[in-house]
Amino acid sequence: MNQSVRTKLAAAAALASAMLAPAAQADGGWGGLNMPVGVTELSKQIYDLHMLIFWVCVIIGVVVFGVMAYSIFAFRRSQGAVPDTTMVHSTKAEIIWTVIPVLILVVMAVPATRTLIAIEDTRNTELSIKVTGYQWKWQYEYLDDGISFFSTLDSKSNEARQLESGIDPNTVEDYLLNVDNPLVVPVDTKVRLLLTSQDVIHAWWVPAFGMKKDAIPGFVNELWFKVDTSKVGTYRGQCAEICGRDHGFMPVVVKVLSKPDYAAWLAAQKAAAAPPADAAPAEATPVEAAPADAAAEVPAQASAPVAVTPRG
Amino acid sequence: MANTNHAHDAHAAHDDHSHKPHGWRRWVYATNHKDIGTMYLVFACVMFFMGGAMALVIRAELFQPGLQFVDPGFFNSMTTMHALLMIFGAVMPAWTGLANWMIPMQIGAPDMALPRLNNFSFWILPFAFTLLLLTLFVPGGAPAGGWTLYPPLSVQAGDSFPLTIFAIHLMGASSILGAINVVVTVMNMRAPGMGLLRMPLFCWTWLITAYLLIAVMPVLAGAVTMLLTDHFFGTSFFSAAGGGDPVMFQHIFWFFGHPEVYILILPAFGIVSEIIPTFSRKPLFGYESMVYASASIAFLSFIVWAHHMFTVGMPLAGQLFFMLSTMMIAVPTGVKVFNWCATMWKGSLTFETPMLFALSFLFLFTIGGFSGLMLAIVPADFQYHDSYFVVAHFHYVLVPGAVFAIMAGVYYWLPKWTGRMYNETLGKWHFWLSTIGVNILFFPQHFLGLAGMPRRIPDYSTQFADWNMVSSIGAFIFGFSQLLFVYVIWSAVRSGEKAPARPWEGAHGLDWELPTPAPYHSWETPPSPQLIARGAEH
Repeated sequence: MNQSVRTKLAAAAALASAMLAPAAQADGGWGGLNMPVGVTELSKQIYDLHMLIFWVCVIIGVVVFGVMAYSIFAFRRSQGAVPDTTMVHSTKAEIIWTVIPVLILVVMAVPATRTLIAIEDTRNTELSIKVTGYQWKWQYEYLDDGISFFSTLDSKSNEARQLESGIDPNTVEDYLLNVDNPLVVPVDTKVRLLLTSQDVIHAWWVPAFGMKKDAIPGFVNELWFKVDTSKVGTYRGQCAEICGRDHGFMPVVVKVLSKPDYAAWLAAQKAAAAPPADAAPAEATPVEAAPADAAAEVPAQASAPVAVTPRG
Repeated sequence: MANTNHAHDAHAAHDDHSHKPHGWRRWVYATNHKDIGTMYLVFACVMFFMGGAMALVIRAELFQPGLQFVDPGFFNSMTTMHALLMIFGAVMPAWTGLANWMIPMQIGAPDMALPRLNNFSFWILPFAFTLLLLTLFVPGGAPAGGWTLYPPLSVQAGDSFPLTIFAIHLMGASSILGAINVVVTVMNMRAPGMGLLRMPLFCWTWLITAYLLIAVMPVLAGAVTMLLTDHFFGTSFFSAAGGGDPVMFQHIFWFFGHPEVYILILPAFGIVSEIIPTFSRKPLFGYESMVYASASIAFLSFIVWAHHMFTVGMPLAGQLFFMLSTMMIAVPTGVKVFNWCATMWKGSLTFETPMLFALSFLFLFTIGGFSGLMLAIVPADFQYHDSYFVVAHFHYVLVPGAVFAIMAGVYYWLPKWTGRMYNETLGKWHFWLSTIGVNILFFPQHFLGLAGMPRRIPDYSTQFADWNMVSSIGAFIFGFSQLLFVYVIWSAVRSGEKAPARPWEGAHGLDWELPTPAPYHSWETPPSPQLIARGAEH
């Protein structure tokens, strides 16, 4: 990325965040007007790209809509406007308004290509997890550690979402965005997901990671993310490809732990998966064994910043 | 009349331009381009209201979080049926209806080239949509896998499956026949002196649309036939378990689907290119570049399909190719918008209802174009894809885009069709309610998508509640405003003021050289070269 593009990007992003900061601070409600910045390097690049195109469109829009509005205002017949019927063609004008858009497109395409190449670079992954979509839940398999569990909509959301359940969704914490067993990953680790499906096509999406990929039967798709060190926390998303009746009810929840906490979690999982005789419940950590209930506290939760998650 | 002899009868029929069969025969046996055009338009209107009712079921359910009215399965049926009805039942037949009415009038022809084929292509439609609507009452309910019919989900459908497939086959056959008729008419029935580059842009954009239809509707037919054999005859085109490829369906579908998008919008470009010059009292700026831009858009539509499916996991080179080709569409589309602006520049503008709808088209379609450009950027698309941002994008190009252009055309030509003026005050009310309603309805959906709300979900997390409520309110304003449209048309036809031959002083073209109301057979003798030259002052 050359310096001028980077400067423009940064300026655009700064302007945007200045404008949207108040909205982003409001929790839920009328906030959440814009894409989350996210918690990974890629998601930030994607956000910058989004804001770059957005501001390019705004500038073009101001010019084009300005010309339209001026014409509507200035050339009203009611104000005595006389049509200039000789003005029917101008090769010069047409060349100008063909070439300028091409140049603008090049300016957009360069950073987009750069980011895309980074997204597709799945080398040097440190942790591989196989994600399988089912109607309507996710299965996570830690390929190197022999851990596997299913992740389904939490029971409170599930009760409230029934037709005429009588339960106010506003009383349910993280309504429709909570699961029984979240995916657990460490920070600052290049995590590669291998996505596939057992039945129909699903799509795994966590907006805070900037990433969405289809889980397709018979295919294995790749997606990677690396959460910034300071972004320990819980991130939520949903299935994004229509997959049948309960498509709206198979959320994705990712719990991002610090590296020591993750190691502890992993050990507990392995212990729980091992035969009972070998069980060693001597871990001095509050992490629960077995796929933790969604309500289980993340040890570092208290110090975790309130990240920009899809909750807004 | 019963006593008159046969020869006299035939003679009278020859002289009397408005001779036509009466009662139901006039419509069932119709071969007249205006009668068939009217049937297409009425059919499109009925489908628009049925599809609209389904949209209101969707928006009512999404008014607040939690499920209040419908089962999630039925909700999915509503989104699927809404799309199929609006695309294949409302917008496409409305364009064919307008083509039927206007193309012979605009090129100096007495009728369409193939009148019996014309009858057939229309009468297929009621049967096609009866089949499709029957699926609402079969075990398993209406199709619920989205109008894109992606397998394996679409193959899970119950008894609705074969009905849907055959309905789509019939719709495709109808579209192909209608398109053949347009091509043959434009190529063979132009009056002497009506060169291709003298045709009004509506004829041009429809000609291009017709070629797109002939090229891609068979592709859709092939795709759904493969689904059918996968379901019933043990093939595995799209079934991974049998060695097939579910992603291949998406490639084939969108090879049809993207040109389909331009099938829906190109005739709108044509109509707007006629209305803006009329009410600016100035010829269209850059007529030839408008024609070439339309053709470029049509060409590009064949090489951008995979931008609908960036998340399926394509090779990097493939993603780059489809990103760049998609971005290129902005160039000819921009040329069009700039030409429309230049047409208004130094004009003398008035703001009757057709012009208001055309201006609304210009602003709001451009907004849809901007979000389209954003969606082309692959990394950002990984966020936008299958979110409400996409829903907002394509509704901006299809509702204030295609639908507003259809309405603009109806208001514009209604005086010529019926000989009566509509009520301008009510027309303006309809315009303002529609424009305000459509923005309240669709603009907040951009925010919902960016904030992370996926499309096609019957219920949502509480942080999406406020904008969904706003959007639903807009939906009800927009939906019920359309009843006013029907009333305005109805009251104009019943009791509108008599319209002059040229109700819009800036209107040019052969369609405006015909008497008002237009005679039953348009140009029984070809228009004179002087008339064509006067009309071709684009």
